Amino acid sequence: MTALLEATDLVRVYTGRQGLFGKAAPVRAVDGVSLRVMPGETLGIVGESGSGKSTLGRMLLGVDPAQGGTVRFGGTPMPERATPAWRALRARMQMVFQDPLAALDRRLTIAAQIREPLEIHRIGDARARAARVGELMQAVGLRPDQAGRYPHELSGGQRQRVVIARALASGPELLVCDEPVSALDVSIQAQVVNLLRELQREGRRSMVFISHDLKVVRNLCDRVAVMYLGRIVEEGPSELLFARPRHPYTRALISSVPEPGRPLDGRVILQGEPPNPAKRPSGCAFHPRCALATDVCRNTVPELRQTDPEQTAACHHADGTAASRAA
Amino acid sequence: MIRFVTIRLLRAVITVLAVMTFAFVVLRMSGDPAEVLLGPDVPQTVIDAFRKQWGLDAPLWQQYLSYIGAIFSGDFGLSMRDRSPAIQLVMERVPATLQLTIPALLLKLGIGIPAGVYAALHRDSAVDRGVIFLAILGFTIPSFVMGLVLVLIFAVTLGVLPSGGFGSWQHAILPAITISIGGIGILARFSRSAMTEVLGQPYIRTASAKGVKWRDVVRGHALPNAAVPIVTIVGFMVGSLIAGAVVVETIFSWPGIGRLLIVSVSNRDLAVVQCILLLIAAVMVVSNLIVDLLYGWLDPRLRA
Amino acid sequence: MANLVEIRDLRVAFDGVPVLHGVDLEVAPGEALGLVGESGCGKSVTWLAALGLLPSKASVTGRVQLGETDLTGAPQSALETVRGGRIAMIFQDPSSALNPVLKIGRQLCEALRLHRGLTGAAAKTEALRLMDLVGIPDARGRFRLYPHEFSGGQCQRLMIAMALAGEPDLLIADEPTTALDATIQAQILDLLARLRAEMNMATVFISHDLGAVAQVCERVCVMYAGRIVEQGSVGQLFEHPRHPYTRGLFDALPRLFGPRTALVPIPGTVPDPRNLPGGCAFQPRCAHAQPFCQSALPDLLPQRDGRKLACAYPLPERGQGGERQAAREGVFQ
Repeated sequence: MTALLEATDLVRVYTGRQGLFGKAAPVRAVDGVSLRVMPGETLGIVGESGSGKSTLGRMLLGVDPAQGGTVRFGGTPMPERATPAWRALRARMQMVFQDPLAALDRRLTIAAQIREPLEIHRIGDARARAARVGELMQAVGLRPDQAGRYPHELSGGQRQRVVIARALASGPELLVCDEPVSALDVSIQAQVVNLLRELQREGRRSMVFISHDLKVVRNLCDRVAVMYLGRIVEEGPSELLFARPRHPYTRALISSVPEPGRPLDGRVILQGEPPNPAKRPSGCAFHPRCALATDVCRNTVPELRQTDPEQTAACHHADGTAASRAA
Repeated sequence: MIRFVTIRLLRAVITVLAVMTFAFVVLRMSGDPAEVLLGPDVPQTVIDAFRKQWGLDAPLWQQYLSYIGAIFSGDFGLSMRDRSPAIQLVMERVPATLQLTIPALLLKLGIGIPAGVYAALHRDSAVDRGVIFLAILGFTIPSFVMGLVLVLIFAVTLGVLPSGGFGSWQHAILPAITISIGGIGILARFSRSAMTEVLGQPYIRTASAKGVKWRDVVRGHALPNAAVPIVTIVGFMVGSLIAGAVVVETIFSWPGIGRLLIVSVSNRDLAVVQCILLLIAAVMVVSNLIVDLLYGWLDPRLRA
Repeated sequence: MANLVEIRDLRVAFDGVPVLHGVDLEVAPGEALGLVGESGCGKSVTWLAALGLLPSKASVTGRVQLGETDLTGAPQSALETVRGGRIAMIFQDPSSALNPVLKIGRQLCEALRLHRGLTGAAAKTEALRLMDLVGIPDARGRFRLYPHEFSGGQCQRLMIAMALAGEPDLLIADEPTTALDATIQAQILDLLARLRAEMNMATVFISHDLGAVAQVCERVCVMYAGRIVEQGSVGQLFEHPRHPYTRGLFDALPRLFGPRTALVPIPGTVPDPRNLPGGCAFQPRCAHAQPFCQSALPDLLPQRDGRKLACAYPLPERGQGGERQAAREGVFQ
């Protein structure tokens, strides 16, 4: 089976400037990332702020141009940004952002917003479009009488449903969601997560789900990639990765999630600050915060390599012994 | 820091050059000084001689190059009317204009900022609404209307102040107030919105939660933050110290730069007009430069 | 032992719209109390009102007793000595909670001057000690830096240091970890738990993160639509929630371990305070609601096991639930 989305060696470098008088310094936000998303599969991307996960999400859609590497969608290379071919491709891949209020136009009714992609991509006539809007609203759990409402008249969860309905309008094969539930309350978050689960099940729709919330990612994703300072440090099937993390960073991330019933002591609390992409440590970027770090970690960048049949990790100590020693 | 200042200075020089070029081209396209100065019934030979004498017969680009060259050697040209140096004519008038604009600036700062800050601290009160109303009135009424209204009230009806002319400090009161009113309105509005935004920031609540007295929260925590946007506007006002009085000087027959500009434009006295525009641009650019440097001083986030 | 703070029938209205409908709450000395609920339920408003930090358009009634003084009627000057002195507060989004144009050292010393009368070198020495205490590396070298030169986690540490400056009896932490990365959240929770133990300082931990509350608190209040609906020890509430809303909050949480199943969301949304449903405010979203719930508002009543509960048809007590009990096994694993 061919992958729906295949990214190879993606690189994105920003020129960051520190303050008004600062020198410009290159910041490698995404630094050689390769990944595949199969049809119908959901890939989770987790990491802290500064890990480059949101930049990666935009690069997968071609919104942020890559300085290096390639993205292939449906077996063919991604067309140049803002070309007619790229715009046409947008019908097949859509994005959902964290803040639905910012993503919606306050002057348009929600029906008009959901209809917009149909008009842009010239799908159906007026009657067909109206029918499709009704269908989409029902699919995401919005009531028909809400069609004439404006974004500010809806709750946060309902707005995110509108954004999702709009993203689904053109029948995309790929949905890239960047922190779609982070701004929502617990009870509403569950509603939207369940909605996304239903969307996975019906039809062979692929999804890239970017989030810092490990619980939601585990619940929703088939495979998970963990990012640290612009690189994937571990990747594997969701259940395996959470049950048996091989990279010390993944272990620390999982351990840091507070769960009712799990006591505070005995957790691995990662010391040090979240990494600054402008000051990338030598060797393994994680080594200053890593309890297992040795000389080789300070000097040599670890490659992603197979640790288990379906799992890869970029760690010099990611063999079975190190994992059990730290556990 | 040095890099930053160098870039800003370069940009300032380019801005001034652009203004000079624009003024030069527009002035030469919009009428012939020979015809204006000499009158309509002069023989062609006289006009030609005049043109030759002032270098107006050369191609435009040659005139432009020699003009720029002269500026850089400190020669601002001669007035076509009495052949006195243009720079001297202009500088003679500067003190008169500043006698109006500096008191006006002080009025703007002294009334506009406190009124805006007070209104922000008493949001939705009667005083707040009054300040907003007066501010809008202040900057929507054109200065020539405002000037005439003030003359009607204080000179004609009450007879307490002169209606125009130059001489004593009483003569400066009405024109200075006229100039200041728009600026007071703008500053009041601006200070109010800057202060309102700052007062809604989480760090204000932090300061209160820390037990800081409200008066000190306003003084020590809110005002320093609100200063950044206010300084932008004040910088603009300082920049218009020279140019801001053109209309008002005309109304009140005040012998400042503004009057000189009007007279020189209608006479097509090229050197003088160019010299005034250069001065206006230079003052504006310098005040912008100062504002940029102030930003860094006021807001550490804009420093490195 | 006498309570440190006693809140009685605290009511808050914004422009005539009530958002807090009579909250009774007490905090014992040294206790760690959690306040959970979704946004808009009134958990932050309760404490902002208690300290007089709400905007003037808010009307506050009721009693907030701190020792001998009632804070609701107290003059500003009395409130100012309490704020940051006996009761300190830290907030969500630490990066914007510190004044961006003032040096860190100055902000710390301001609190020390106000509540401990320290100035000059003495204030600086104490500020540096506090920075060390909350885990800011190289405190001396960073004393003269501005907030934007610190990371979000460090800003929250600085906020905590500033809160400790007045040696408060009570620290209110309002969503202190919400804006931070997971690994930093864990560090801050750890720090708060450690400081409370070392300084014998009561803590009120306001959060929508049930996991975080479970880890740092001894007692928990669950709030919904401006009222406390369930209150008890962490063990009682989290092992065996009895209010359908508390239970719903747990069921809605995705799990980090165990089988991946569909979540059980609470249907509908939090009611608009201008348009509250009749009777129990949770009734339109409640699977257990009876017609009675639409007409009568349940009081917060003490239960046999010591918890308090505001529900006419609560989930059964332990050991009586039958099949529902089985379904609940998943809550605590």
